[in-house]
Amino acid sequence: MAVDPLIELRGVNKHYGDLHVLQDIDLAVGRGEVVVIIGPSGSGKSTLCRTVNRLEPVESGTILLDGQPLPEEGRALARLRADVGMVFQSFNLFAHKTVLANVSLAPVKVRRRPKEEADRRSRELLDRVGLLAHADKYPAQLSGGQQQRVAIARALAMEPKALLFDEPTSALDPEMINEVLEVMQQLARDGMTMVVVTHEMGFARSAANRVVFMADGRVVEDRTPEEFFTAPESDRAKDFLSKILKH
Amino acid sequence: MNVLTDNLGRYGEGLLGTVELTVYASLLALVLGFLMAAFRVAPVASLRAFGTAWVTVLRNTPLTLLFFAVVLGLPRFGVVLPFQLFAVLALGCYTSAFICEAVRSGINTVPVGQGEAARSLGMTFGQTLGAIVLPQAFRSVIPPIGSTLIALAKNSAIAGSFSVTELLGTYKTLNELGYSIIWTFVWIAVGYLIVTLTISAVFNVLEKRWGVAR
Repeated sequence: MAVDPLIELRGVNKHYGDLHVLQDIDLAVGRGEVVVIIGPSGSGKSTLCRTVNRLEPVESGTILLDGQPLPEEGRALARLRADVGMVFQSFNLFAHKTVLANVSLAPVKVRRRPKEEADRRSRELLDRVGLLAHADKYPAQLSGGQQQRVAIARALAMEPKALLFDEPTSALDPEMINEVLEVMQQLARDGMTMVVVTHEMGFARSAANRVVFMADGRVVEDRTPEEFFTAPESDRAKDFLSKILKH
Repeated sequence: MNVLTDNLGRYGEGLLGTVELTVYASLLALVLGFLMAAFRVAPVASLRAFGTAWVTVLRNTPLTLLFFAVVLGLPRFGVVLPFQLFAVLALGCYTSAFICEAVRSGINTVPVGQGEAARSLGMTFGQTLGAIVLPQAFRSVIPPIGSTLIALAKNSAIAGSFSVTELLGTYKTLNELGYSIIWTFVWIAVGYLIVTLTISAVFNVLEKRWGVAR
């Protein structure tokens, strides 16, 4: 368990109708730690990721961010969300705004930065993800991989304490996955706290400090990637790994 | 034919009355309609309930009944206003229910992820709605709002029965003066066409400018 947890979930439960999608989840993510959540579809991993900034409210249990419990919907929650970036499977770039405006919008609206300063910072971030040349295009003019890198720049523009990735490469063509993973690898090396829901086992192996394996709404294993991939303990994980590592 | 040339002043007055009713009531309907749509998607349950009640009551009341309620009801509570203002209130509130539903259907065309992305960046409900959702919803609600405002222009005829000067009401005087009823109505119809076609034209321009690019 992490010594100095930035994100902490204690006894979290959630249902979708009859489906008990999160069952007594306990999880702590330390500062600077990269935690990769894997598991079969329907295991609750995306839901878990989305509860951390309360895009999905939970029914019971507590979620602490930097020691503070998540507030109810309102301004306090908005302030807290500003400190936790999120990258979605479907990118969710603002379709009616240019790439630059996508990145600058929240710093101007939420952090009250002057527009010129925000734009300058946005250009730096776009440069960092290799997309400065596309700053004035609209999201629909970019490829999936480029859109996802813009989405990462947009999340970084808020200087978040942690980043949540909800299957960031699942909607991408195979050849575009790497350009996104490289950006994420770099972030991990720079010491960003990251929670990553993914099916990219290579990324889990190389970038994660810990691998959390979920099945049927429970955390089944929570170990280092080396231990998990070479010697999984549970039958559920063995079964899962045998299916995905076969080819 | 000479019913128009003999009574240009009357027709003009009537047309002006209809245009005024249409413009003022449209503005009121748009403001209230967008506000109620915001209420109906708000995270606060009491606002949602208020928006739903507003739409349910106003959309399901016959407009004439609403006019009676405003013109006869409000003075009982000490609210005495010019008839034209009463008419604008009745028309505007009634139409706002339809605008609200058009806007809400537009909001529903914006993918959920757009709002989620905005919220995940720390934007408040108002910022999310104002900067992300409504600008994208706006494009798809231009045509239905145009239709609703054209309906409003024609509904304004009811105000004539409540002592408000407007286009349709001019037929009473002209009929008493002995003019042909057919030609009287033909010119009234032309007057309404001027108003409604103008609204169509404005919304065609808006749609060209802002409509969804395909």
